[in-house]
Amino acid sequence: MLTQAIFFYIFAAMVLAGGVLTITRRNAVHSAMFLIVSLMGVAGLYLLQQAEFLFAVQIVLYIGGIMVLFLFVIMLVNLDQAALQKQFNGQWLIALVCVALVGAQVFYFFSKGAGAFRIATPGVTTLLGPGNTEMLADVLFSEYLLPFEIASILLLVAVVGSVVMAKKRI
Amino acid sequence: MYPITTAHYIALSAALLLIGTVGVLTRRNIVIILMSIELILNAVNINLVAFSQALHNLNGQVFAIFVITDAVAEAAVGLGILIALFRNKETVLADEVDLLKW
Repeated sequence: MLTQAIFFYIFAAMVLAGGVLTITRRNAVHSAMFLIVSLMGVAGLYLLQQAEFLFAVQIVLYIGGIMVLFLFVIMLVNLDQAALQKQFNGQWLIALVCVALVGAQVFYFFSKGAGAFRIATPGVTTLLGPGNTEMLADVLFSEYLLPFEIASILLLVAVVGSVVMAKKRI
Repeated sequence: MYPITTAHYIALSAALLLIGTVGVLTRRNIVIILMSIELILNAVNINLVAFSQALHNLNGQVFAIFVITDAVAEAAVGLGILIALFRNKETVLADEVDLLKW
């Protein structure tokens, strides 16, 4: 249990420090690198919660796919001019209000202790089965078959749309 | 402090959501805004997986897969729009794209 707690705090520190550094760096490439640190922390949290399939998906798809896409676009688009200019706009007041509102809620709940969260009791099902990936596949391909197919159409539309938008002349 | 409960994950998720929100609202660079949206979606995923584990129910993890799918689609389309924008207006700063404003 203690090792689990230690790893939780290490991964949480990675997630939060990476997130803060992502939104404060001037250079977009540095931001992308810190975002990778943050995403790796999230992957570690998945592993800590026995969600092995999501751990693999997070590494392969987020860090190996989306972040490489981001880095390609950063190199495709000339960001040198933008790095020299003002990095923050005048919306800090709205941001402050958002943070204060949600932060006050979180502080209220945590000042009352863990009992303030009334989480539903677990049902009769258990997660003890043949393995995380097999059970996930069972649920995904039986109960969620139609949303799964719709998601594939969504990805097709997104791919076609991004090609249409990024191309010079159709 | 140290039996890690679902509340710990909720707190972490809320903090990450706030970081992402501040990034979307205050940064001018569109690439960083898209990265902040990824942070927000990851906060949602942490929450979904934590509740899936707490309730012994795999539906949360299936939803996390769908959220990741949406994040991929959003990143692809967003970066496509960014390239088209940079080709037409030579800028990546969000507040310089004000063609519809008067």
